[in-house]
Amino acid sequence: MTPSRTLGALSALGVIALALAGCVAKSDVAAADALTVSSTDTACDVSTATAASGTLAFEVTNSGSQVTEFYLLASDGLRIVGEVENIAPGAKRSLTVVAQPGDYYTLCKPGMVGDGVGKTAFSVTGEKVEATGDDAEQKQQAVASYGAFVKDQVEQLLPAVKTFTAAYAAGDDAAAKKQFPEVRAYYERIEPIAESLGDLDPKIDFREVDAVAEGIPWTGFHRIEKDLWVPARDALNADGTTPAWQDWAPSTTAQRKEFADGLVANVQELYDYVHGDAFTKALDEQGVAGISNGAIGLLDEVATGKISGEEDWWSGTDLWDFAANVGGSKNAFETVRDFAQAKGDTGAALVAEIDKGYTGLETKLAAYGSLTAGFVSYSQITDQDRRDLTALINALAEPLSKLTSTILE
Amino acid sequence: MTTDEQQNTASPDPAGPGEAAAPPEQAAPNGLSRRGLLGLLGAGAGGLVVGGLGGAAVAAVAASGSASAGAGTVYPFFGSRQAGITTPVQDHLHFAAFDMAGGTGREDLVTLLQDWTYAASRMTQGLDVSASGAVGGSPQAPPDDTGEALGLPANGLTITFGFGPGLFEKGGVDRFGIAARRPTELVDLPRFVGDDLVPLGTGGDLCVQACADDPQVAVHAVRNLSRIAFGRAQIRWSQLGFGRTSKTTSSQATPRNLFGFKDGTANILADDRKALAQHVWVADADGPAWLAGGSYLVARKIRQTIEVWDRLRLAEQERTIGRDKAQGAALSGGGEFTEPDFAASHGAGPAIDVKSHVRLAHPDFNDGVRILRRGYNFVDGNDDLGSLAAGLFFLSYQRSPEQFVRIQRALAADLLSEYLVHVGSAVFAVPPGAAPGSYIGAGLFA
Repeated sequence: MTPSRTLGALSALGVIALALAGCVAKSDVAAADALTVSSTDTACDVSTATAASGTLAFEVTNSGSQVTEFYLLASDGLRIVGEVENIAPGAKRSLTVVAQPGDYYTLCKPGMVGDGVGKTAFSVTGEKVEATGDDAEQKQQAVASYGAFVKDQVEQLLPAVKTFTAAYAAGDDAAAKKQFPEVRAYYERIEPIAESLGDLDPKIDFREVDAVAEGIPWTGFHRIEKDLWVPARDALNADGTTPAWQDWAPSTTAQRKEFADGLVANVQELYDYVHGDAFTKALDEQGVAGISNGAIGLLDEVATGKISGEEDWWSGTDLWDFAANVGGSKNAFETVRDFAQAKGDTGAALVAEIDKGYTGLETKLAAYGSLTAGFVSYSQITDQDRRDLTALINALAEPLSKLTSTILE
Repeated sequence: MTTDEQQNTASPDPAGPGEAAAPPEQAAPNGLSRRGLLGLLGAGAGGLVVGGLGGAAVAAVAASGSASAGAGTVYPFFGSRQAGITTPVQDHLHFAAFDMAGGTGREDLVTLLQDWTYAASRMTQGLDVSASGAVGGSPQAPPDDTGEALGLPANGLTITFGFGPGLFEKGGVDRFGIAARRPTELVDLPRFVGDDLVPLGTGGDLCVQACADDPQVAVHAVRNLSRIAFGRAQIRWSQLGFGRTSKTTSSQATPRNLFGFKDGTANILADDRKALAQHVWVADADGPAWLAGGSYLVARKIRQTIEVWDRLRLAEQERTIGRDKAQGAALSGGGEFTEPDFAASHGAGPAIDVKSHVRLAHPDFNDGVRILRRGYNFVDGNDDLGSLAAGLFFLSYQRSPEQFVRIQRALAADLLSEYLVHVGSAVFAVPPGAAPGSYIGAGLFA
């Protein structure tokens, strides 16, 4: 429950919705009886000391001379149940909470420091507030929908990998090179799923420097990539130090077949997994939070792996991966956006900010190409481009990182 | 002392009410959150006064058994002038210049300044960046505060904001509807002899100067402000500084720069109201109205070729500076604070070389022009050649950038310039302070 400064702490948002259970629709907030609070430099007067359980709206007016805060504390007097901060002298702001029956304290903190003033017992009576059945049903639908998306991507990935590896194994490098970034897009859209499987992602997608560091055999997409884009004799690996030809030579025909078959087998394993009960069970257990965290995780992939251009070191096709990560992230977000949207003004503002973030990043990416028409090589991306892209990723990732908690509130 | 100077001359007061009233069990800040510490102190103090509408100022000292007395120093954020100008110079600096993001508009800029003001008003008091802070929020959400300053008191943190020329107009475009309100003096500095400016270390739409006696506190401030800015503004360049190279109160000893010489002996001090009014603060008559009570900040990143300097004979080092190395006394004689006598002779020539730094920079040879210096030493590791990437991060506050230009032009002949390369440069208009509930720069958008 974090009133978000990025949502414009001083702007006239008015209501910060804090739900203790279930989901607060805007109409509920409007219907709630407003409790008034007057905060001065020495007092914190609440219009009543008791209320019925449900949605409570505290209208806080700062009648003091310093910036103030209003808190609803749990019965231990420490845990913050809800708070509204940065109320300027003369200003009015609201705290909306879904309050369960129990004992609480109200408190103001003029000047933002100290123990605050006017700590007063506040009790909530009545029935426990339950989450509505509709909400649970919608969430189950979202989980099912996301599961279907993942399966669809893997269903396209498997035959594409078969065609791609066949060309590679047969020595048709031109065809394989063209397909390489296109095939990877299916994988990059759902990368967190494979990564959750432990040893599968390393087999499919490890870069050479990582495989060496981990001491595991180097296989998968990037092993094939290096065969297709054979480095110059004096080239260096992605770590910038080890020679590209150190402990490496272009694969023989027999080795190519081995790597081709290996990649198909590993993708088949991924296919079997997402079509099995274990995947459905895992998705159900994580619920909508799992989807939301997937959206965040994909963007972290971009921020840490893609922006440096070290993912597709030899092919320079990083922008395909980049775009697919962003696309997969956005798909996951779209699956759960309604749940965030329903969380009062805070949720709506968050969704608007995330939408703006995706639009900004997509617009910038479109300047370099598209997944269908192809992208420019990453070698043509300048430092200034990377700087601009990083700013756009940060602009999106910062609000996106609040998506899960907003949905769960 | 009058009201408008008080906030800047606040000083630690170990015998203040906060300490006297604090029960013994509260004097153990180690392991407590910043929030917890301040909360306890506030309770003990029975009304710890921190700032106030009228600019009243009491620097609070944490009743801390383990931290040094200075660690608890708190300077008010709100007031008629921004803190961090005449405030006693703290030991450490993190300075950052920001560019507004592409596609942002006036509303983005205003909300950014509002959000920054609020965050700064908290962090300067030793608080987390928001009420839920580093550990008080939902376990499912990333914390608002990055957390590295948990348990650290305010350490005299000041956060000072400024506006660069590009904020008003960039490439002929008035992005934020404020081009007409740009002060005529606010233009990029002219090129000087000895400039070798790095484009991405130069300029900036906005600046944040964070000064504190603990470097972690200063870095925490810039880090959190840059996080708040994501999507609206992006760091263009930033600089860490240590070892202040000037002083702003007579009680502070004059520090030394990386040439080993005392620096800032003749700086404008916080209690010299006349000099501040004449040389530092923008007056009502100067215009524009929104900047009255503010100042102009010049930032220059100056590499010092210290390896070469260190090979100079002591006498040559002293001739170059114009002062003796041990005491900082002008070579015309006397002590550190004896006025230089530029007419005095030594043997056949003048006691103070006509091309010495102290002479060329002296007000007597610059139409009486003075500036308030607030620079820091820096060592950014080393360069590719294996030399220390060391130098002076020069910061000066003045009523008009012309004052700096006047002095810097005079320094073209400076003997010292042989050991200096200016690699970064920026100028900012520093608006007056904000009242509680308002925000830094509000006058610009009124």
